[in-house]
Amino acid sequence: MADILKVEGLSFRYPDSPKNAVSDFELSIPEGEIVVLAGPSGCGKSTLLRTVNGLIPHMYGGEYSGDVLVAGSSVKRSSMRDLAQTVGFLFQNPENQIFMFSVERDVAFGLENLGVPREEMRARVDEALRLLRIGDLAQRAPHELSDGQKQRVALAGVLAMRPKLVILDEPTSLLDPKTASELVALVARLRKELGTTFVVVEHRLDLLVGVADRLVVMDGGRKVLEGTPRDVLFRDEAEAHGVAVPAVTKVQKLLAGRDAGRAAAGRLLTPSGLASAVEGRQA
Amino acid sequence: MIEFRDVSFVHQNGVRALDGVSLRVEAGEFVALVGENGAGKTTLVKHVTGLLKPVSGSVLVDGVDTREASTAQLSRKVGVAFQNPDHQLFSETVEEEMSFALRNFGFPPELVRDRVSWGLELFGLGEYRRSSPLILSGGEKKRLTLACILAWDPQVVMLDEPTVGQDAIQKEKLAGTIQMLKSAGKTVVVVSHDIEFLWPIQPRVVVMKGGRVVGDGPATAIMQDRDLLGSARVAQPQLVEFYQELHRRPGTPFVHPLDAARWAEEAMRP
Repeated sequence: MADILKVEGLSFRYPDSPKNAVSDFELSIPEGEIVVLAGPSGCGKSTLLRTVNGLIPHMYGGEYSGDVLVAGSSVKRSSMRDLAQTVGFLFQNPENQIFMFSVERDVAFGLENLGVPREEMRARVDEALRLLRIGDLAQRAPHELSDGQKQRVALAGVLAMRPKLVILDEPTSLLDPKTASELVALVARLRKELGTTFVVVEHRLDLLVGVADRLVVMDGGRKVLEGTPRDVLFRDEAEAHGVAVPAVTKVQKLLAGRDAGRAAAGRLLTPSGLASAVEGRQA
Repeated sequence: MIEFRDVSFVHQNGVRALDGVSLRVEAGEFVALVGENGAGKTTLVKHVTGLLKPVSGSVLVDGVDTREASTAQLSRKVGVAFQNPDHQLFSETVEEEMSFALRNFGFPPELVRDRVSWGLELFGLGEYRRSSPLILSGGEKKRLTLACILAWDPQVVMLDEPTVGQDAIQKEKLAGTIQMLKSAGKTVVVVSHDIEFLWPIQPRVVVMKGGRVVGDGPATAIMQDRDLLGSARVAQPQLVEFYQELHRRPGTPFVHPLDAARWAEEAMRP
């Protein structure tokens, strides 16, 4: 399958900054994958994301070399308007992207800007509200909502654009655990139903490793680890690069060292899966 | 130290955010507030700082009713790092940001300098001393707000979602900082969805739902109560779930992965 995102030898340095925020970065993501991007805070993840949605280089100054291709087109040579129809972006802080007087208007905002016909807009907004279970909030003012609800409103606005690539910057950070796992399940379902590619920046890996195809770890602006979540999380360096190895994966790894049998099976186990493996039951 | 007596609070839009909350946190206690989005956790925190005053009932901090105390008096006692650091950062430089409250509280200049250096060092922000807080990453901003608060040494430290944007290394440091505050006799209240972060540090856990306190007890007891957690949309820590899934239970849930692995190794031995 074609690469929806290709990063080629990318380096970027902010104006007045002594060092590169991103250095010699290479990445290829085939369409339909769920990729998790992890790494210590300040490692360059947010900068990398800005080079994908075009904020860099279009809105920031700085030194840029290499290239980023989204659906085969160079971000440098694409307009922000074109990029907005291919790449959806959910910011870390939803307050940065919701500002209309009602939730419904907010979700419709991007579509209005693109001049999508009224009926189609209605249908897409309703679908997005339904997907995120916020239909009952449609007429509410966003500023009255809790942070978790704001997050869902912002994501509904992103999904209403039906982008090919969706970037989520720590999407679960303000959500309660149950809502967070529902969001992860939603991401998995959208990938399956719509073939959407997701790049998710996330520290809480326990929720995502079950659905992710790939885990990419950045540190100091560079890519330091890449592979299936199991391969990366089993590497000893992972924790040194600030990766939050889920507790049950740590146990699985510790057991795999002694008993290369069940516990070392190729996939990451859930807590109940690991309990079954330990007791010799069928997982 | 902090006492809520049958506190209710209703937002201007009519939403009842706190509904008859009674809660007592002793000096030196470490409490985690958990619960679904909109359960009232942040509203509760804002009542301790006096930012919000109860519609009915009363909130006492160190024996003083928050309705009778000024915000300045309360903030000297209670330091809060809110969820969104952008609401708290306003200075031109990181150094200035940290000095601001200290000068306001009347600390002498040399002490301000010392405290600022101490805070920046502790939270790994030294290289940003003369940078604008706005260039920091989300996680770094969170650490800066925390550093600002600890610098003036309040008796009560409240952290609203402190692990958001923090990597595993920073979370471990944060856990260490909480331990340090505990051993210094501080009262620490943490609001967090990050159950995996809370479990190893074993707080007293207060569960909120719909503006009420629906559960309160030691982490080991609360985290094993699946029905309670499920109703409040809180997940179980992985190690507790693992422990409960085992048919031969070893006694108490594992707190650290090493304990779980050691036990499992024994169980797997032929």
